[in-house]
Amino acid sequence: MKVAIAAIGRRAAAGGILLLALVLPPASAEQRIDPAADQRAFQTYFRQAFPDVALDDFANGPYAVDKDMRKQWEEIMQFPPYDFALEDGKKLFETPFKDGKTYADCFPQKGIGIRQNYPYFDRQTGEVVTLDLAINRCREKNGEKPLPYQVGDMAAIDAYMASTSRGKPFAIEIPDDARALAAYEEGKQFFYERRGQLNFSCASCHVQAAGKRLRGDILAPALGILASFPIYRSDWGSMGTVDRRFISCNEQVRSVAFKPEDELYRDLEYFLSYMSNGVAIAGPGTRP
Amino acid sequence: MKPKKIMVRLALVLLVGATALAGGAPARAATQSDFEAAYRAAAEAERQAGALRNQWMPTEAALKAAEKAAAAKDYDAAVALARRAQALAEASIEQAKAQDQLWQNAVLK
Repeated sequence: MKVAIAAIGRRAAAGGILLLALVLPPASAEQRIDPAADQRAFQTYFRQAFPDVALDDFANGPYAVDKDMRKQWEEIMQFPPYDFALEDGKKLFETPFKDGKTYADCFPQKGIGIRQNYPYFDRQTGEVVTLDLAINRCREKNGEKPLPYQVGDMAAIDAYMASTSRGKPFAIEIPDDARALAAYEEGKQFFYERRGQLNFSCASCHVQAAGKRLRGDILAPALGILASFPIYRSDWGSMGTVDRRFISCNEQVRSVAFKPEDELYRDLEYFLSYMSNGVAIAGPGTRP
Repeated sequence: MKPKKIMVRLALVLLVGATALAGGAPARAATQSDFEAAYRAAAEAERQAGALRNQWMPTEAALKAAEKAAAAKDYDAAVALARRAQALAEASIEQAKAQDQLWQNAVLK
């Protein structure tokens, strides 16, 4: 009798689930995307992996997780190698365009102390806008040619603008907009999917092997990894923007890199910056 | 003739025949049209990898090297390089298709 009742109960439950499945609409992709939950899991992972590292210190990448490298970095920082770029950037930022306007006219708060809000999702155009893209759009709006994205004047202006945001935590917003969620998800997929002949993802190095050695390098944790950009990288012998870093990472795993400010790179920057919300901007920075 | 001798001669004949079939015969040198066919197949595979946004640098390098060898009329090398490019491009396509699902396994939860 008990068995018969249990069997009837199971059938009724299965029938109920089937009915619900028929009545309720299937969960859409947007419904499954939960950036806040992703961020909690992301930050918890790194806080547990590196319990002695303060949240803001993650902005310092390998120097936050390796004592010997930190000592070297502290010595380097007595004469920061990005200082020349910072000086140039301030001059460039303040120099009027041919039409008499300046970068300050294109940005909220005259461009001062806003780095932590980039990238943002532009609801009007339906795309992710990085600070570098906004800098070039400002130039074009005022009749100037866009700057090359990876080095030079772009890195310098970027360095100056970042310096005015030092200490302000990343505050990236993902609006409740299907297009913004889709861009976030594209960036997330790019971060986790393996590519290139060496079959590495961004996460292979900066999550699974964060703090470990890859040949002579200590791999930076992904948390806060963009907070120090642009960076003076000793390996490059010059300044570089986020685009330069993404492109060189792709090439290191023998993947054909995309053009700077490609939609995928912007989405990746959006995802990574959102994951680092709460980490204070420390750019410009240095790296080995 | 004794059965043992017959067996030995038969074995020798079979050995010589097998050697000829296995590569003893001279291979035909590749031609320009062989190269063009191999290059077309490789370029098409690389185009598909590009549509999946997952091209590999060694594929591009092999395609360029194949073009260079063909320009020097070294069609044997050009065909071999084009086939290598095709194999690499196909591997990158497989990677992109597999990773389109597998990436979710790596997400921090």
